[in-house]
Amino acid sequence: MSGPNTDFDPVEVTDVKPEAVDAAREAALAAIAGAADLEQLKQVRLAHAGDRSPLALANREIGALPPAARKDAGQRVGRARGEVNQALAARQAELEVEHEERMLVEETVDVTLPTDRTPRGSRHPITLMSEHIADLFVGMGWEVAEGPVVEAEWLNFDALNLGPDHPARTMQDTFWAEPAEHHVVLRTHTSPVQARSMLTREPPIYVICPGRVFRTDEYDATHSPMFHQVEGLVVDRGITMAHLKGTLDHVAEQLFGEGISTRFRPSYFPFTEPSAEVDLRCFVCRGTEPAVASCRTCKGEGWIEWGGCGVVNPRVLTACGVDSEVYTGFAFGMGIDRAFMFHSGAASMRDFFEGDVRYSSAFGTEL
Amino acid sequence: MLAPVSWIREHADLPTDLGPEELAARLTALGLKLEALHSPGSEITGPLVVGRVLTREPEPQKNGKTINWCTVDVGEANGTGEPQGIVCGAHNFDVDDLVVVVLPGGVLPGGFAISARKTYGHVSAGMICSAAELGLGDDHDGIIVLPHDAGTPGDDARPLLGLDETTIEMEINPDRAYALSIRGVAREAATSYGVAFRDPCERSVPAADDAGYPVVVEDPAGCPVFVARTVSGFDAGASTPDWMARRLQQAGMRSISLAVDVTNYVMLETGRPIHGYDADKLTGTVGVRRAREGERLTTLDGADRALSTEDLVVTDDSGVIGLGGVMGGEATEMSETTTRVLVESAHWDPVSMFRTGRRHRITSEAGKRNERGVDPTICEAAADRVVELLVAHGGATAEPGVTVVGTPPAPSAIEIDADLPARVTGMEIPAAVTADHLRTVGCAVEQDGEVLTVTPPPWRPDVTDPYDLVEEVARLVGYDQVPSVLPTPTGGRGLTRVQRLRRRVGRTLAGHGLVEVLSFPFVGEAALDRLGLPADDERRRLLRLANPLSAEEPFMTSTLLPGLLGQLARNAGRGATSAALFETATVTRPEPGGGTAVPIFGVDSRPTPEQVAALDAALPDQPEHLALVAAGERERAGWWGAGRAVTWADAVDAVRAVAEVLHVPLVVQPAAVAPWHPGRCAALHVATADGQPGDLLGHAGELHPRVCAAHGVPTRSVAAEVDLALLMAHAPERVPAPSFSDLPQAKEDVALVVEDSVPAADVEAALRDGAGDLLESVRLFDVYTGAQVGEGRKSLAFALRFRAPDRTLTDEETAAARDAAVAVAAERVGAVQR
Repeated sequence: MSGPNTDFDPVEVTDVKPEAVDAAREAALAAIAGAADLEQLKQVRLAHAGDRSPLALANREIGALPPAARKDAGQRVGRARGEVNQALAARQAELEVEHEERMLVEETVDVTLPTDRTPRGSRHPITLMSEHIADLFVGMGWEVAEGPVVEAEWLNFDALNLGPDHPARTMQDTFWAEPAEHHVVLRTHTSPVQARSMLTREPPIYVICPGRVFRTDEYDATHSPMFHQVEGLVVDRGITMAHLKGTLDHVAEQLFGEGISTRFRPSYFPFTEPSAEVDLRCFVCRGTEPAVASCRTCKGEGWIEWGGCGVVNPRVLTACGVDSEVYTGFAFGMGIDRAFMFHSGAASMRDFFEGDVRYSSAFGTEL
Repeated sequence: MLAPVSWIREHADLPTDLGPEELAARLTALGLKLEALHSPGSEITGPLVVGRVLTREPEPQKNGKTINWCTVDVGEANGTGEPQGIVCGAHNFDVDDLVVVVLPGGVLPGGFAISARKTYGHVSAGMICSAAELGLGDDHDGIIVLPHDAGTPGDDARPLLGLDETTIEMEINPDRAYALSIRGVAREAATSYGVAFRDPCERSVPAADDAGYPVVVEDPAGCPVFVARTVSGFDAGASTPDWMARRLQQAGMRSISLAVDVTNYVMLETGRPIHGYDADKLTGTVGVRRAREGERLTTLDGADRALSTEDLVVTDDSGVIGLGGVMGGEATEMSETTTRVLVESAHWDPVSMFRTGRRHRITSEAGKRNERGVDPTICEAAADRVVELLVAHGGATAEPGVTVVGTPPAPSAIEIDADLPARVTGMEIPAAVTADHLRTVGCAVEQDGEVLTVTPPPWRPDVTDPYDLVEEVARLVGYDQVPSVLPTPTGGRGLTRVQRLRRRVGRTLAGHGLVEVLSFPFVGEAALDRLGLPADDERRRLLRLANPLSAEEPFMTSTLLPGLLGQLARNAGRGATSAALFETATVTRPEPGGGTAVPIFGVDSRPTPEQVAALDAALPDQPEHLALVAAGERERAGWWGAGRAVTWADAVDAVRAVAEVLHVPLVVQPAAVAPWHPGRCAALHVATADGQPGDLLGHAGELHPRVCAAHGVPTRSVAAEVDLALLMAHAPERVPAPSFSDLPQAKEDVALVVEDSVPAADVEAALRDGAGDLLESVRLFDVYTGAQVGEGRKSLAFALRFRAPDRTLTDEETAAARDAAVAVAAERVGAVQR
C-alpha cells in the first residue's frame, strides 16, 4: 500500500478509470515485449512498474475514491499490475537465458590447450612396490618391522646360525665396516630384522621386513650392490611348512595374478631347516604348452625363481630366545626389485638407481 | 658340480630310457639343482668320422708357415671310398695315425660350416679336428690323435669322443658336500629310482700294516685319518687314457698329467681329495701338525706364503711340505721325472680347512670339498683306487705297506620324535615312512615307541639336528606334497605411526611436484669437497668400508645430497634441465672417534635386553633423512605466460609442506651452511611451545654457485636436507579438532619499515606476541624496497586478522590490538609504521 495521497486532488481520479488503466497496461505490456535486453527491460520496469509509473499512480488514487467505487477500481488496477509484473518476470527470465547463452558463447576457450604449468611429482616404483607388499601383509594381520642398514655382525650372521666358520658366510659377499674388530656390516639381507623382531616381541610373531640390503656385486642390469628385499617371519604354535606354502601362494596370486602358484625345491639356508627355493609359476606362459616352449620370461621352464624360504631353524629360535619346544616358525625372503620387474616388466635394475625423472614419473604415485 | 650322465650310470642302474632332462629334474626336486645340461655334440651336425692318415707332405709357405698336405682314408664316409685330400696346419701326427675328420657338409660348434675349398694350392675337402674345434675344451696345441685301436676309418667319431654324452651341471648347496662327487650324485639317483647303486668306495682294500711310509699325526683333531700308499716304477711319461681325460674335461677339469689326473679323477668319483707327492723328494717321516711361528711354504701355485699357527701343515724332515687338505708344496710336487708316488688320502677338520683357505685366499676343488665335509671312512678306499689307476695306466707297481693313522670319527646318533616331520612340514608322514626315508638316505634307524634313534651315514656330516632329518624326509616325500594353508594371525596393529607418516611425506612431496629417486649410499671425500663442507663439518665424520666397490667411494654417506646432485646432473645431461627430486633414506653418522666395538654374543641363549641395548648403542647413528634438489623452472612457460624459475623459497616451502602435513610448526632462521648460498640458506627448526626455535631439523635454500658448478647442475639450483626421523618424532599423536567463532573477523593491514637485515620472521613473531589473544592470523603479503623507505631498509606489509570468540570486536578494540602489535615490533626490531 502506498503512503497517504498528498500529491493529487482526491476528487480528480481519472487515472483509475477503466480506459486509463487498460491503456497503461497495454503500454506496459508492449514496452516489456519490446525490451531487447536486460538493460532495456530495467528501464521498462522503472517506467511501467516503478513508483512513478501510471499504474502505481493509479493505485495510489484508489484511496481517494468513494468507498463504493474502491473495490471495483482496486480489482481493476491490481489485475493490471499483476499482468505487468508477470510479463516483466517472464521477459526477465527470457532475456537472462539469452544473455547467458550469449555470454557462454563469447567466453568459449580452446580447452585443448596444454595445462601442464606445474610439473607432476611421483614416487619411486620400488617404494610403491614395497608399500603394496606391506599392505598385502598388513591386510592379513601381519606387521611391518624395520631395522638398521649398518648392522651388527652378530645379528646379520651369528644369530641366524651363520657362525664365523660357516661356509655360507663367504657366499654373502658382505660389505664390512672398518675397523673389522668392531663387527659391523652392511646387512646382506633383512634377516637381522627378523632376529630383532624375535628379540623384542613375544610370539605370536607375524612380521615382514622390507628394506635395502647390500652385497659386493658389481653394478649391471641384473646385479646391484644395493637392492631391496622383503623377508617374512612367523613364529607361532603349530606353524608348519604348509602355512609357508599357503602364505606364498596367496601373495603370489595377489601380486602377479589369479592362478599364479608357487613351487618348492629343496635348498639350503643356515637359518631355515628344511629350506626351499620358491619358484613362481611363469606369469607369461603360465607353464602351459605350447607357449612355455618359446617363453623368454621363464626360458621354457614354466617357473621363475622367486626367493628362498623354510622352517625357522630351531638354533635361530634359541639364539633369539624363543622356546623351540613350544613354537615353530617359517621365514621367507624375496627381492622387491625382482618382484617389481616381474610385476611391471622392468628390464634393468640400473634404471632404479639412476634417478632419471622419466622413470619414477611413469608410475605416478601408485603402481 | 658337473656330472657326466655316463659316469652316473656307471654307478647307478638307471632305466636305459631315462633321458638326461628327466634325471636332472628328479635331482633338482631332491635338492641338487640343475644349472645347465651340456651336450657339446649337439652343436655338431653332419659327417664327423674316424680317418687314417695315408700321406702327409709338409709344404713350407711363403708366410713362413708349414702346412701339411694329407690324404686321409675315411672309409666309405665320403661316398667314394677314395682317400680324402685335406690341408692341415697341425704337426702333432704321423702317417697311420687315426684322426677325427669333419667332411664337407658338416657344421662345428659356433655354426662353423665345412665345405671343400681351395687353400694353399690344394682343394681341402674337410678338416682334421682339434679338441677345441669340437667344443671339447680349449686345447689348441694340435689335432686329436685317437688310439690305434679306437676304430676303423669311416666310423662315426662322436661316441669315441663322448660327443654323444650329456653332462648335468648342478648347483650344490653347501650342506650337500656329498653331492660334489659322482658317488653322491649316483647314490641320490639310484635311491630315487629305487635301482641298484654301486658304491665306488665299496672295495676290498689291503689291511693297514707297519710296512707303509712312516707318518706321524701330531694333531689328530685336525687330521683324524691319514692314509698313505706308495707306488714305484711309475712312468711319468705315460699319457692319461682318453676316457679319463674326457671325463675330467666333462667335469670341468683340465687334463694335466697321468698322476695328477688320477688324483683328480678319484676325487671326482669319490669326493675324497687326494694329494700325490713325488716320494723321492720326501725326506724322512711325514708328519701332520699346526704350523709354527715364522714358517713359510711355497705352494704349488708358486706363491710363497707366511703360515699361521692355526694352519694344518704336512711336514717331512725338511720342514713344511704342504698346506694339509688345501694345497701341496712346490718342493715335493710330482713332475715328469717322478717315478715313485706317495698317495695321501686324509680326512681334515672342515673348520680348519675353511679358515686356512680364507686366510690364504685359496679356492680349490680339494679345499671346497674338505671345508664342507667329506666322508671320513673312505680314505683307504680312495687311496686304493688311486693306486689301482696308477698301476693300470702308469705302469707302476703298488708297494707293499699300507699306512693308516687314526680312525674316522663316528657320527652321533640323533633322537627324533617320529611325528616331527609331519609336525614341521604339515604333510601326513607316518612314522614308518619317516624311518624308511631315513634309511634310504643311509641312516641307521632304531624305533622305540614314538622316538627314533637315527645315526646318519658317514657321508652326511651336515646332518646333526632333528630338523636336518626332517628335511631329508621332506625332500624324499617331495616338497610338491606340502599342502597350502593360509595361517590366521590373531590380528595385527597395522602400520606403525612412523610408517604411516613416511608415506604421508612421500605423497606430499609427490603432490608438490617432486620426483622420488633412490641412490647408492656410497661416497668419497671428493663428494664432500664438492659440497664445500669445511674440515670440521660433522658430515665429514664417515663410516669407512673395508671392501668398497670403488676406492673413490669408500664411505657410507652422511648426507643424501651427493647422490641427489649427481642424479640432478644426470637428468640435466639427458635434457631434463628442469627437475625436482627427493629421497628419503638413512644416513650414517658414526661417533666422534670411531665409536666402540659391537658385541658378538653366544647363540645358545638370547642376549639380555641390556645386551641388545648395548649392541644398538654401539652401532653408528643412522637417522632417516629427507633431501630434495631442484633446478630450472618450478612452473613452465606456456600460452599462459612466462615460466617461473625455481628459487630458494621452493626448497623451504617443500619442507614446510612436509612439516605441515605432519602438524609440526617450524621456525625458520637465516643460516650460512655449506653447500648453500650463505645469503640464501634457511635453518629449519621445530618451534617450541612458545614459538622459539627448538630442535634443528636441517637446512634449505639456494645452492652455492660453486657447488652448482662443481656438480654440473644448473646455476641457482636449490636443495634441502632435514632429519626426517626427528621431524616425525615431533608429529603429534592426534590433531585436536578445531573450534572457531562464526562472529565477524576484523581486518587490519600494517606496513612496517625495518632494516634490511631484520628477518621477516622476527617482525612477524613480534607482531604475534604484541597483538594478544584477539589475533587470529598474521600473514606477510608484500615486501617493498626502494626510495620511499630509504637505503638499507625494507617495508613489510602484514595482514592482521582479529576475532573474538564471544563478541563482535569494536573498531577501538581492533585498533588497540594492532597498535600493541606494532609497538612490540617497534621495540623489538625497530619497526616504524608507514
